Amino acid sequence: MTKVSITSAPTLRASKSRRWLTWVAAILGGLLLLVLAAAGWMVSQMNYVPADLNTSTTLMTEHGLYSVSYAPQLDAIAINQIHSWTLHVETADGQPVENARITVDGDMPQHGHGLPTRPQVTQYLGNGDYRVEGLKFHMPGWWIVQFKIDTGDQTDQVTFNLMLRK
Amino acid sequence: MQPRSIHSKRFLLVLAGTLLVAVLALIYGIGRGQGILGGPAWSDEEMAMLRSLWIGSLPPLPPDPSNAYADDLQAAAFGQKLFFDTRFSSNGQVACGTCHQPAKLFQDGTPLAHGVGTTSRRTMTVIGTAYSPWFFWDGRKDSQWAQALGPMENPVEHGGDRTMYAHLIVKYYRQEYEAIFGPLPDLSHLPEHAGPLPDEQIKAAWEALPEADRQAVTHIYANMGKAIAAYERRLLPGPSRFDAYVEALVAGDRQATRSTLSEDELAGLRLFIGKANCTQCHNGPLFTDNHFHNTGVPEAPDLPEDRGRGLGAQQVLADEFNCLSAYSDAGPDECAELRYMIAEGDELVRQFKPPSLRSVAARGPYMHAGQFATLEDVLAHYNRAPQSPAGHSEIQPLDLTQEEVDQIIAFLGTLDGPVNAAPEWLNTPRIATSVSN
Repeated sequence: MTKVSITSAPTLRASKSRRWLTWVAAILGGLLLLVLAAAGWMVSQMNYVPADLNTSTTLMTEHGLYSVSYAPQLDAIAINQIHSWTLHVETADGQPVENARITVDGDMPQHGHGLPTRPQVTQYLGNGDYRVEGLKFHMPGWWIVQFKIDTGDQTDQVTFNLMLRK
Repeated sequence: MQPRSIHSKRFLLVLAGTLLVAVLALIYGIGRGQGILGGPAWSDEEMAMLRSLWIGSLPPLPPDPSNAYADDLQAAAFGQKLFFDTRFSSNGQVACGTCHQPAKLFQDGTPLAHGVGTTSRRTMTVIGTAYSPWFFWDGRKDSQWAQALGPMENPVEHGGDRTMYAHLIVKYYRQEYEAIFGPLPDLSHLPEHAGPLPDEQIKAAWEALPEADRQAVTHIYANMGKAIAAYERRLLPGPSRFDAYVEALVAGDRQATRSTLSEDELAGLRLFIGKANCTQCHNGPLFTDNHFHNTGVPEAPDLPEDRGRGLGAQQVLADEFNCLSAYSDAGPDECAELRYMIAEGDELVRQFKPPSLRSVAARGPYMHAGQFATLEDVLAHYNRAPQSPAGHSEIQPLDLTQEEVDQIIAFLGTLDGPVNAAPEWLNTPRIATSVSN
């Protein structure tokens, strides 16, 4: 009989050493698999945005002074279409913030370039509402838009995340 | 001996097996992420990108509030005649259609444009430009009609001047003009040649005119531009094989999805929207963001330094025909692009507008002064990403292999498509030679 079953007994010593080598091979191979799969996964994830990105349109400013929300003039923000927003600013206890000086900035964190336009707050509309004109996003992806709010005696800022598709 | 060999075999088998699985995992991981594998499925993100590039995503033609005649059919027909009428040039041989040739996708296929002289820039196509807020490589104009007026007065393009053009309208196009724009004023007392040009004599004649005459002449000149723009608005890009592919994907037509693009073209598409990062600028259904970028394109030999948007931004703000000008039909609220544009800054130096990539393979040579003869040269440039001659290049080396470069070029070929316009707009119209009245 030329076929040998696995249970056919070699010498005890030889068996132990071979088994040991098999285990080492399996563990090394397993580790390699983990590292390589992780590397592959990381490369595949490089072009993606944080999974827990907060894209809320209402946020508290960084120091908690104001609650700020925005409403775009477009139903859905379309790529490459210049448009305006209405920004609403109120204090933490819900009082509208009147006649603040507000500046706008923004960029695309993954690409290191800024907004294609220079948007401005052009008008105070009353009731804590401000008109922001000249917003434009020229590519899909993750954008941030930052407002600095200066009421004369206090300043604070807020950064909105936008995830633009299409 | 026999047991020993069995265990060696088992050892090798386990090792080989784990290695195989590890390598497959690596290939799968990278392949999925970078699109090296021509996998059957696109991720949701990729699918959204493909849809955004599809011609079906092109919105309806945006209005041009600065041109009250933009959608006037009569104005378009008149504009088409002006577009091809070589009498509107200093030597009687140059029209818009000299460089924007219908048979060549409304460009001329040469590195630098040739009018009555030679310009320092490559002719851009007219197709699909109605969607752009900016014109020329540097955005020194902000509407199709304002753009059309630039070459008419440029000494190396049409080489004519404002009173000359006004006299030509009176002589050959009185009826057509008046039917659209209203009565022409009496211009018989005006000099043959006058205009705000570098030429001393023509400039002096212009400055000697009363303000009312200058305005009357400029009004006619602006209307010529508006008629030409009404024509150009109708020249749009038609669907390509790439569009057929996305349409099949969207419709879930597996058969058509498999047969529309070759494996190389598909691989090129994956690279285009992935590793090669082309969609950073060439995005949307026209494959351009219509913005301005410095990509380190070299200076053209024998041409003066070109600051691109660095100069164009200042020029459009000062342009007498911009959206906020007296000759524009738009209210200030309708000029957001101009009012909120980035007007200055180091980042504008040597920025140029990315052209649409639709039919790009049929539209060489490439870049703002035709620096690159072929798409191979273009891809070699982006792959290498050299420093910009001035300002700062936005691009990074791509590390594309020759095979990948070839695949991207294969994909770009799938963007070839016809002009989407009624056939009558693609012909040179019959130009009346008789004098009107």
